[in-house]
Amino acid sequence: MASLDDLKKRITSVKSTQKITKAMKMVAAAKLKRAQDSAEKGRPYSEKMNNIILNLSSGISDKETAPKLLSGSGKEQVHLCVVLTSDRGLCGGFNANIIKKAKSYFAKLNKEGKELKIITVGSKGNDQLKRVYGNKIIENISFKNSKNANYFDAEKVGKIIIEKFQKEEFDICTIFYNQFKNVITQIPQAQQIIPLNTKSDDQNNSEDNYEFEPDEDEILSNLLPKNISTQIFKAMLENSASEQGARMSAMDNATRNAGEMVDKLTIEYNRSRQAAITKELIEIISGAESL
Amino acid sequence: MSDEFKIEIVNPEKSFLSKDDVNEVVVPAFEGEMGILKDHISIISFLKPGIIIIQAKSGEEKYYVEDGIIEFKNNTLSILTSYILNLKDIEKNKLLELLKKAEEESNKPEISDQLKYLADQKVETLKSIN
Repeated sequence: MASLDDLKKRITSVKSTQKITKAMKMVAAAKLKRAQDSAEKGRPYSEKMNNIILNLSSGISDKETAPKLLSGSGKEQVHLCVVLTSDRGLCGGFNANIIKKAKSYFAKLNKEGKELKIITVGSKGNDQLKRVYGNKIIENISFKNSKNANYFDAEKVGKIIIEKFQKEEFDICTIFYNQFKNVITQIPQAQQIIPLNTKSDDQNNSEDNYEFEPDEDEILSNLLPKNISTQIFKAMLENSASEQGARMSAMDNATRNAGEMVDKLTIEYNRSRQAAITKELIEIISGAESL
Repeated sequence: MSDEFKIEIVNPEKSFLSKDDVNEVVVPAFEGEMGILKDHISIISFLKPGIIIIQAKSGEEKYYVEDGIIEFKNNTLSILTSYILNLKDIEKNKLLELLKKAEEESNKPEISDQLKYLADQKVETLKSIN
């Protein structure tokens, strides 16, 4: 059995860990509020963008001449997967969930004999993927220096993707991120952004007659690259809200576990102290008796 | 009958501006400036760098934009832009910084014609603000 001193040391160490996790939980909660706010504020932009593109693509007459970003390159051989993760750990299953989703997708592609290329955004995803898929990772982007998700970072990623698409380095692009549902649930998502999936649930707004200036094709070819950055930005916002949510609940759990541990250790400490006292008493009494 | 319509300007971070007492908006559309009044036909167009002028009941406002898409439908004008500044709040230093950037961009040798045109537009607009 551990000595009294050892127990005491363990109790203090667990207590200080608890303090850290508690502080991290508070910080995550405060950040979550902000991340959630900006995710909500960013929604109108991506929704409007989506609407306009839907309207445009339904108005496009000739599918043959449509921009490649919309119709695809005509092949499905090379897949580019953009995996968005966080730069920091200690956020529960947040990164692991995205990686799991991505890995199962990679395995499926492998089985079908498709070629795979990976771009990781965020260092945690890179750390986990490079062990197995190290030779497939063509780029690793990290925004450690930017505090919050911002549009310029998203644009940078978007530009890299579009450049690679124009060089015909891949045919289909999918992004992986966590969608924020609530603090305890984040749903890992795989979303295809090239070619764009224009099938929407409600096609009822397609009867609007728009005038275009200049013509549809030109607007579309200008709009689609922007849309890619927008989608990535949306994913980044959702991701940062999810990250804080995941961290908050993970740290909440850790704090509670530490509390339980402290209780258990305190009981053990008190018991062994009592045992030591009893033992000493017995020794004194039996010593006195033997005289 | 009132001749006012609604305008919404959104950028990726937030909803930038929303007004419903607008009489006229002039936007720098890609093929030239375009004035929009109430009951304009539904239109989608995109913007080049320039100044958006909003004539509202509450006064005139001017904004500098670098790019964007506009959509007018059912008397609602939506402007999506990634970079927008209110001319009132713009600072001299910021302006010069933007101008320098734009000039650098336009002087790059490997730039495509369209990008060059956009960068030149940017320079011109920024100079006119100055």
